[in-house]
Amino acid sequence: MRLDWEIAKRGWRRYAAYPWATVAGIFTNTIFGFIQAYILLAVYRHRTDVGGYDVRDTVTYVWLAQAILMTVYVFGWQELALRIRDGSIATDLVRPLDPQRYWLAYDLGRAPYHFVFRGFLPFVFGALVFRLHTPSPLDAVAFLVSLAVAVVVSLGFRFLYNLSAFWLVDIRGVMMVSLSLSLFLSGMVMPLSFFPGWLGEIAHALPFASIVQAPIDIWLGKHHGAALAGVIALQAFWALVFLGLGRLALRAGSRKLVIQGG
Amino acid sequence: MVEPVLLWRRLVGAQVRSQLQYRVSFALDATGAFLISFIDFLAVLVIFHNVHRLGTWSVREVAFLYAFSSISFATTDLLIGHFDQFPQKIRDGNFDILLVRPRGTLFQVIGSDFQMRRLGKALQGLLVLGFVIGSLDIPWDAGRVAMLVVMVPAAIVIFGSVWVVGGCLVFWTTDGGEFTNAFTYGGNFLAQYPVDILSTWLRRFLAYIVPLAFVCYFPALYILDKPDPLGLPRFVDFLSPVVALVAVAVAGSVWRFAVRHYRSAGG
Repeated sequence: MRLDWEIAKRGWRRYAAYPWATVAGIFTNTIFGFIQAYILLAVYRHRTDVGGYDVRDTVTYVWLAQAILMTVYVFGWQELALRIRDGSIATDLVRPLDPQRYWLAYDLGRAPYHFVFRGFLPFVFGALVFRLHTPSPLDAVAFLVSLAVAVVVSLGFRFLYNLSAFWLVDIRGVMMVSLSLSLFLSGMVMPLSFFPGWLGEIAHALPFASIVQAPIDIWLGKHHGAALAGVIALQAFWALVFLGLGRLALRAGSRKLVIQGG
Repeated sequence: MVEPVLLWRRLVGAQVRSQLQYRVSFALDATGAFLISFIDFLAVLVIFHNVHRLGTWSVREVAFLYAFSSISFATTDLLIGHFDQFPQKIRDGNFDILLVRPRGTLFQVIGSDFQMRRLGKALQGLLVLGFVIGSLDIPWDAGRVAMLVVMVPAAIVIFGSVWVVGGCLVFWTTDGGEFTNAFTYGGNFLAQYPVDILSTWLRRFLAYIVPLAFVCYFPALYILDKPDPLGLPRFVDFLSPVVALVAVAVAGSVWRFAVRHYRSAGG
């Protein structure tokens, strides 16, 4: 546990070391938040409800999505794949520490940094201009729990596609396809409630919804009581599935690993 | 004028050859770029699943904006690069090397990031355009064809100028590479939608001061023969080439100003 804590601290510091990167990111998230908010507001000129979302739900969704975008890290991640490609993974495998445990701890250190420093300000800027939904205290706590699980689901998925580097030299193609799927089906690009019925059902049944849509719906107060616990349990289920698959793939990959020199 | 073009071709040729060394990788890359650019289009379709019109715009008209923005974005990306390698150059001090070479620094930055996989995105835009132009009832005449020919180069110049100005921020922030995303992807995102749905203050800033409305919106109003929902005089529809020239002049001055204030990080 002590070890995980130390790794997590390094994950935090790695990102805290670049304050200007944080400012730049906040700027970018805010610009995107405004554009997206006005596009979806235009939808509500003709409607009062889309898939159970009123206009305030939707605008809140837009700003929350921008706020948690970095926390759940839906854009590309290939640090592990690069270590596999350049052979550093051999050193990692020799260490008395499992790579999956290492990256999980590291990511759980990174995520709170991004949540506080990348999430807070864009949301505040959004709240200054638009009326956003304020969650009940219970929903707010459940949101934080759900977001933490979402980070694990996301890391589990990223870990998995990075491991394809054991079999492919260059994973950029795989990464782009994985990214396309997770960006769109998580609800990052557009709330899943806007999707046509069948596509929405498919998206809700897939693990990606656990990364973005699930925590935001909890903030918006869309789930209560047992249903709320059910949503978080489903997220935890997907987290375990990805981590389990990651274990299997790591074992299979390290068995066939050949390091070219070093 | 000829010499820089030849030099650019040699720089780009070398990069193309190197990227074609790994053909499978290249094919996967281009396919990835092609697929990922469909996400934005899917988003447009999802919106129009819920409404018939966005402001006064139909799905085909927005798809027209989308296609033009995508093609212009991808071509700009292909021609001048994404400036995503550039913050790295500033951070590790390698920009110094560009300063001692007997060519312009901007020229060297632009010439050093040619990625053929970006053709994937351009292809996607062309497909959408091909589909949509057939289904839109456009009153084609000489003026509209001329506009079609002029609008893409103008859009490329406007996009490129905006990216250069965005890239310049890195001279001061050193590791603020993500600023460029607001200008590149953000600009493309904005240009895909009609600017009349934005609120007034945001429109003034992003559409007129950062002249993104001139990328697609105004030329499209003319080609599609749409009345301007904002009620601006019609000659504005034809201003894109002029705006492009002003933008490139501004971008050049900003770049020169920024380079003069470059402080090497050592390296």
